Amino acid sequence: MTPLPITDYTAASALGVGREATLSTLRAGRGGLSAQHFETAALETWIGQVEGLDGAPLPAELAEWACRNNRLAWLGLQADGFAQSVARAARRWGSRRVGLFLGTSTSAILETELAYRHRDPETGALPSSFRYEQTHSTASVAAFARRALGLEGPAFVVSTACSSSAKVFANAQRLIALGLIDAAVVGGVDSLCLTTLYGFNSLELLSREPCRPWDAERRGLSIGEAGAFALLERESDAPAAWLLGCGESSDGYHMSSPHPEGLGAIAAMRGALAQAGLRPEGVDYVNLHGTATSNNDAAEDAAVRAVFGTGLPCSSTKGATGHTLGAAGALEAVICMLALRHGFMPGGLNRLSPDPALQCNYLDANREAALSVVASNSFGFGGSNACLLLGAAR
Amino acid sequence: MSGGVLNCWVRGVGLLGPGLSDWATGRELLAEPSRWVSAPTVVPAPSRLPPAERRRAGGIVKVGIAVADQACAQAGLDPRDVATVFSASTGDGANCHALCETLATPQRAVSPTRFTNSVHNAPAGYWHIATASRAPSTSLCAHDASFGAGLLEAASQCLCGQQPVLLVASDVPYPQPLQATRPLLDAMGVALLLDTVPGDAPLLRLRIEPGDAAPEGCGHAGLEALRRGIPAARALPLLQRMARGLAQPCVLEVLDGLSLAVTVEPA
Repeated sequence: MTPLPITDYTAASALGVGREATLSTLRAGRGGLSAQHFETAALETWIGQVEGLDGAPLPAELAEWACRNNRLAWLGLQADGFAQSVARAARRWGSRRVGLFLGTSTSAILETELAYRHRDPETGALPSSFRYEQTHSTASVAAFARRALGLEGPAFVVSTACSSSAKVFANAQRLIALGLIDAAVVGGVDSLCLTTLYGFNSLELLSREPCRPWDAERRGLSIGEAGAFALLERESDAPAAWLLGCGESSDGYHMSSPHPEGLGAIAAMRGALAQAGLRPEGVDYVNLHGTATSNNDAAEDAAVRAVFGTGLPCSSTKGATGHTLGAAGALEAVICMLALRHGFMPGGLNRLSPDPALQCNYLDANREAALSVVASNSFGFGGSNACLLLGAAR
Repeated sequence: MSGGVLNCWVRGVGLLGPGLSDWATGRELLAEPSRWVSAPTVVPAPSRLPPAERRRAGGIVKVGIAVADQACAQAGLDPRDVATVFSASTGDGANCHALCETLATPQRAVSPTRFTNSVHNAPAGYWHIATASRAPSTSLCAHDASFGAGLLEAASQCLCGQQPVLLVASDVPYPQPLQATRPLLDAMGVALLLDTVPGDAPLLRLRIEPGDAAPEGCGHAGLEALRRGIPAARALPLLQRMARGLAQPCVLEVLDGLSLAVTVEPA
């Protein structure tokens, strides 16, 4: 594919709101995880929570869309003047020529969880305040963001579990290449809810301590939340980074376990390299999916070794952010673009005892290095795999 | 690439819905709607799934597999090699209801299978397991405009990748109390196998162009009620054109102020 300019990007996560906060937390080698005290959840685990979301109001004209997920989207869109960049792109290309493609896994299911606690004792009906289209609907965050940004182009939500917001970069790339649009807002928004906390707990995949990717003692993931966005444009005089390739594949193996040899993940990474016209040695760093579950890290280690060998530096940033599920692909793309811009590879946190069975060149501390090309892996339930290749501005 | 117009072949079609058991019989009814009689959707068992997955699969998975199978069989393509786009306005409604009920109890004893099935891409996951396919797949939604969004995405994947792409649009109603807040008439599925080449038995070509014309209805009260009552049924005006072999553009709803003009060109 022709490299596509990424002209702006931002994120709100447990690392902070905006590029500067995200960067400085990563640079300091700190994490954003804390002991879980979310809503009424009674689980011993750690989470990556975004502070101040409950009290953050939406503008009056968007008030009917209020829910944790859309408030998180709003917080992210306002960070670093991202919404202003989108407005500039809409002026340049026309608001009908700017697409919007967002990933989420659970949308605003928290609202539905709360409504089910307040059903009418006689009829079982949900409270009349419940708004399906504006909250529960999986497409809610795209409809909300399209209104918030005043865009009129094609828009939809991709929901492929934890690969969702990596795959939206490919949606945008295709529609721009075919001439249907000239620019696109892509990103991911997923917010804390009881479904994912209790759901991953039921699968015994929830760590009781801050998650420890690539550790011999890893005991599962820490759930996080994030809203992360990027603006892609057909042409730019001052790109912030480049989208070089997107690889997508399926495992076709199991609904909740990866293929043990990582065959689907290998196909996604090779697909991204082929699209970018790059050889494996052209990549400087891999941001791993690295959820810290036993099976996922083992399968991804095998896959990364098969494609890149054991020398390429790589790490998972989920020890710092938590696993932000449908937002993880976009959040980690933003982290990769910060790494490209500022010349460092973020070290993984919380690894106390390296797993001898995992042989990738896993970084435990930040490493300064000029980077040209980085890869970001995202894999999800249902065997959905994506790999993005991102390039430095130059 | 010509400016913003997508041209691709339809090599296979799948259909399941109220009074519509498959495309072979459904196309006759759509060509002559006076013969169509509304009846509850009958969802066939997904014989293609391995036994463990068959036990776990919910309604939306079964609808998706039924129409995907029809389209692949008609095209004579091995599904293992076919990329997929699954489009649904929501996931498995009964599963979602059960999860929310459980989370409203003091014990919150969530079933791991229910949680696994709660992902929007469950139909895609089960289909790719059933077909042992590692081909790319995406799953998307745009509320009532989910079919149009899926068609746009499937056609763009087909043209960018120069490969066949299977579009599967499906919706299944919620049980109460969610059904009252999001009423869907019944379960429905539509599949289109798109390709850049016509294949041995080409059906027709589609010319897809975004525009701003108002979406059109079905011209038949019963079918129009379906179109309005199930997001996947927003495909009906297009399916009616295909059934009649009419080379007239039809306008499908995509989003507020944005529509797709789709012209059927008989092979």
